[in-house]
Amino acid sequence: MGDTILEMKSITKEFPGVKALDNVNLVVERGEIHALIGENGAGKSTLMNVLSGIYPAGTYNGEIYYNGELCQFRTLKDSEAKGIVIIHQELALIPLLTIGENMFLGNEKRNKFGMIDWDQTYSEAEKHMKQVGLHESAQTLIKDIGTGKQQLVEIAKAFSKNVKLLILDEPTSSLNDEDAKMLLDLLIEFKKDGLTSIIITHKLNEIIYCADKATILRDGSTIETLVKGIDEFSEDRIIKGMVGRPMEDRYPERKHNVSKEVGLEVKNWTVHHPLYPEKIVDDNISFKVHKGEVVGFSGLQGAGRTELAMSIFGRSYGTDISGEVYLEGKKVDLKTPEQAIKNKIAYVTEDRKTNGLILGESIRFNTTLARLDKVCNNGIIDTTAEKKAAEEMTEEMGTKTPSIEQMIGNLSGGNQQKALLGKWMFAEPNVLILDEPTRGIDVGAKYDIYCLINQMVDNGKSVIMISSEMPELIGMCDRIYIMNEGELCGEVEAKNTSQEEIMGYIMSAAAK
Amino acid sequence: MANNNESVSSGKFDIAGFFRKYTMVIALVVVFIIFYFMTDGRLLYAQNMSNLLLQNGYVLVMACGMLLCILTGGNIDLSVGSVICLVGGLAAVMISNYGMNVYLTIIICLLIGLACGIWQGFWIGYVRIPPFITTLGGMFIFRGFGRLVLNSKTVSVQNKAFLNIFTAYIKIPGLDTDERILSPLVIGAIAVIVLFYMKISSRASKAKKGYRQNSAVADFGSTAVISVLLLWYCNLLCQYKGISVMLVWVVAICLIYNFITSKTAFGRYFYAVGGNEKATKLSGINTDRVYFIAYANMGLLAGLCGLLCLARVGSVNGSTGNSFEMDAIGSCFIGGASAYGGSGTIGGVIIGALLLGVINMGMSIMGIGDSWQYVVKGAVLLIAVIFDVLSSRKTS
Repeated sequence: MGDTILEMKSITKEFPGVKALDNVNLVVERGEIHALIGENGAGKSTLMNVLSGIYPAGTYNGEIYYNGELCQFRTLKDSEAKGIVIIHQELALIPLLTIGENMFLGNEKRNKFGMIDWDQTYSEAEKHMKQVGLHESAQTLIKDIGTGKQQLVEIAKAFSKNVKLLILDEPTSSLNDEDAKMLLDLLIEFKKDGLTSIIITHKLNEIIYCADKATILRDGSTIETLVKGIDEFSEDRIIKGMVGRPMEDRYPERKHNVSKEVGLEVKNWTVHHPLYPEKIVDDNISFKVHKGEVVGFSGLQGAGRTELAMSIFGRSYGTDISGEVYLEGKKVDLKTPEQAIKNKIAYVTEDRKTNGLILGESIRFNTTLARLDKVCNNGIIDTTAEKKAAEEMTEEMGTKTPSIEQMIGNLSGGNQQKALLGKWMFAEPNVLILDEPTRGIDVGAKYDIYCLINQMVDNGKSVIMISSEMPELIGMCDRIYIMNEGELCGEVEAKNTSQEEIMGYIMSAAAK
Repeated sequence: MANNNESVSSGKFDIAGFFRKYTMVIALVVVFIIFYFMTDGRLLYAQNMSNLLLQNGYVLVMACGMLLCILTGGNIDLSVGSVICLVGGLAAVMISNYGMNVYLTIIICLLIGLACGIWQGFWIGYVRIPPFITTLGGMFIFRGFGRLVLNSKTVSVQNKAFLNIFTAYIKIPGLDTDERILSPLVIGAIAVIVLFYMKISSRASKAKKGYRQNSAVADFGSTAVISVLLLWYCNLLCQYKGISVMLVWVVAICLIYNFITSKTAFGRYFYAVGGNEKATKLSGINTDRVYFIAYANMGLLAGLCGLLCLARVGSVNGSTGNSFEMDAIGSCFIGGASAYGGSGTIGGVIIGALLLGVINMGMSIMGIGDSWQYVVKGAVLLIAVIFDVLSSRKTS
């Protein structure tokens, strides 16, 4: 019997009309890294919000024992006072304030006159920053450091609150592989010092890498807790627990019917940074995509893949762009997204909430937005045609929704992604650029999206897939281009490659 | 949301939903009833009811333009009052001091209004100067030009031809004589027939295509209520001078902008930009142009308002139009437009403007001074928006 730090007993939390948590139990031992896994909507975040007092005691049923003592947190401050600190997926840092100011926001160090003691603020901030291995001045503005370092600031902030139990909600979702590994190593390091962490993540390899135990939630209930060293602790085993069935094929079968005809060809494409024009983001890149082919782009964050895609899509990124784009052998000059869409190119963004969807509007509104002219007569919207189009797309994509009038912001991540795909399918592209099409969505929805991609190439379209998940690229693509720091550093056939080979290309390019 | 006000039809009548959807209509009715009693019924005299729309006509016209600006992201145009002064002043000077042709004057003045709008729209849309600052600048600049044009004097217009274009009452030979006026009722009756015809044909087309529709009772009930109100109002107009040309202008502008915002692709872009500008841009829509047009259009409508005000008041001076923009902005927000952009309807704006108008008129009839009217107007604006924010928080 170990030393239990946290026990949550039969937690039930209901929202109007939905039971988000149903009799959930969670036991966490002191000094372990405990992973909490489940598909989107399984109730992971809700459970952590109950724990941290965001949903105050009384709004849920069940009991929370922390260090053996029954706790009834009413606010976030209550739980933080006990050393429970939650770091949310969306970082809560203010870009225009310094690291030190952010760390003590709401907790300012004051001198005896009640004014902020800046010397103490910054010296303590740097002390905690050293703990997490962040070597920056505490007076650096948040906007001037990358997301990886921002994540470290959050952890340092937790240390400043004297954290005993650290909860991380999807800490690596915005990090590249290298930063993600560094973060996980840091957690393992802290474990030795007795820090307990709960980590919520979709990335199963991370769980295998760092977690001691994994509790699986499905549809608001605890399914099981797997213990490393006792139970089978593998990705397949965890997926089985998450979806309730073994997942034999994570990638659907496809006939590889790549045509000889080239759908899109890009020659000598160079893009400069929009704010710092002297900086080259994409350097002299040439590639082509055949009809019926899925071409992947692999690389670390900052390799210039999104920038490449967006600059091709009507110069929606970058300045001083040079190079040539050929569609089916014909040279085109796409100056605006409008022209790109007219030339049958679609770009499905990696950031559906900021760049893809209008969250406050309906599925219908969003579906037709890029090609409103298809449902218009002389600029007047044919409501009937619009509804029909939206309903067809919703059905084709398999979006789960009560109606096409549903506000898109109310859908789950996976369904939003399907709706976003529907919007671009409605634009009838011949070349489809998918940027991280499965980011932040659960295993089942991923599979659906893979099927849709296969369907598109079966219909002779060209698909470009940008992804940070290498297995996904290897599983889905025909060919993969590898990029590093704005340059193309390799090209491989997907069926003959491995993650190691791709990583090798990146590493040797980075070493240059 | 743009135009999906139709509720999901179910057998049950959803009272809470009904109240949420028609809050402002209900508020308007309540305010009407309160002032009806407090003014011993004088509020509903034919003359007052006729004046209600004429006095607030300029607010309605401005608010239609302001809604487009607000839709793009809660952006407002502070300069409309000054444009009214400039354009109204210019028209007065051109007609009274220089004796210019009335029609030419009107065209030039509308173009000047449009030019003011284009000036601001250019900075806001293509250079991305914040609208608040651009229009604050415009507010001073155009006010200054207005005073220069007027030479800091009050200029009045007596030209019958000009006044007739905006303020005359329509007399249709055969229907209207000096003793009795029938044209409002006849026009009202035609409007009712058109309303019913449109409702029936829309139901028929929905039925043919197998689309879900509201129950016949709800559909025809609401049309009947609107028709009764319309005929009642026309009847009042018959008792007091008939239909003013000003009313025709105002109704036409409201109908046109309602059509643009709810039925056209162009109108939809305003909602899209206000909802998420980046996503809109990546959907191939020229968002710079959307901003540009919102403000250029506002300038044009402000110019029209300048002419309407000049015709109604008969003169312009350096402070004409002062704080008019606030009435327009207030009407939009009271009418349910979101302060963050992306939602709001012309229908709502009309209700908002009428609500402010009734409060003004009711208090004036009761002899309550200006100062209190400001207090009440401010409170109504705040309460309406608080209510809107709270109720949308509950539903989301």
